[in-house]
Amino acid sequence: MQVEINGKSREFVAGGSVLALLVELEIDPRLVVVERNREIVRRDDLDRVEVEDGDRFEIVQFVGGG
Amino acid sequence: MKDERIDPLKELDPLRIADRSFASRLIVGTGKYRSHEETVEAVRASGAEMVTVAVRRIDLDASKQESLLHHLDPEEFFLLPNTAGCFTAEDAIRYARLGRETGLSSWVKLEVIGDQETLLPDTEALLQATRVLTAEGFTVLPYTNDDLITALRLEDAGAAAVMPLASPIGSGLGLLNPLNIRLLKSRLSVPVIVDAGVGTASDACLTMEQGVDGILMNTALAAAERPVLMASAMRLAVRAGRAAYLAGRMPTREWAVPSSPSTGMLD
Repeated sequence: MQVEINGKSREFVAGGSVLALLVELEIDPRLVVVERNREIVRRDDLDRVEVEDGDRFEIVQFVGGG
Repeated sequence: MKDERIDPLKELDPLRIADRSFASRLIVGTGKYRSHEETVEAVRASGAEMVTVAVRRIDLDASKQESLLHHLDPEEFFLLPNTAGCFTAEDAIRYARLGRETGLSSWVKLEVIGDQETLLPDTEALLQATRVLTAEGFTVLPYTNDDLITALRLEDAGAAAVMPLASPIGSGLGLLNPLNIRLLKSRLSVPVIVDAGVGTASDACLTMEQGVDGILMNTALAAAERPVLMASAMRLAVRAGRAAYLAGRMPTREWAVPSSPSTGMLD
């Protein structure tokens, strides 16, 4: 299925939960926060929320800042 | 001299904000360093316990990058997410919620910028975002102007501390209006943390001598030729300024007063 992640279109081959998406992207879920269609996905819910075709994700992390 | 002299600086009081206490009155940012390693070395040298971070998209195309969190241990430092780069209350609130979701704390350094060129705050949007986030249980530390009325309104809106600028972000111009900063400090009940504009150690010392509760800085360290050494200098300057404030400076006068006795002189 086709999803948008951080403003770019991507294919999510395996399908499944948001956690599965992070695994496919090789992202450590403990280091990021995920928004799905402008709603934050709580960390405990990452494996419960199913990714749907056309979903728009923001995946953010802490970076250096003042 | 006795070996076990008492170091009066040991008596320096901690910085208290909301329900937390920090031994250091210096808060430092983590932006613009050359590497994660340099960031951590400078932060350690500064003695700061509270450290600001920004929330940004991860780069999916970059090959496995090291996360800042691999270097800045949240057990060692209290990480304060900011909303830097946000130009509306709505965006700032969104970033604050994302920062909280990391699970570290519900504190936020709230920035709502009103002008790209000067990075001065949009105080109306700042107030609005402060009210919303306070109601959601955030501990809000807003970056604001050195304007008393805005500061009082931020306090009313529930800000846990108010953070007026010394001069524009990243300018290094130092404390431009000590009078306004002293006025804010005299009228607010919540802590006053001067945020932005400090360029070198004397700026930090002079700022602390105004009686404010702390200083937040980033570029002064990161843009120094030797950030780690500057971080050490800032650590000393903030302590020196605090100590001088607590010590109570001598009155100034127009003309000389001798330091040595005027009696007992030879004929």
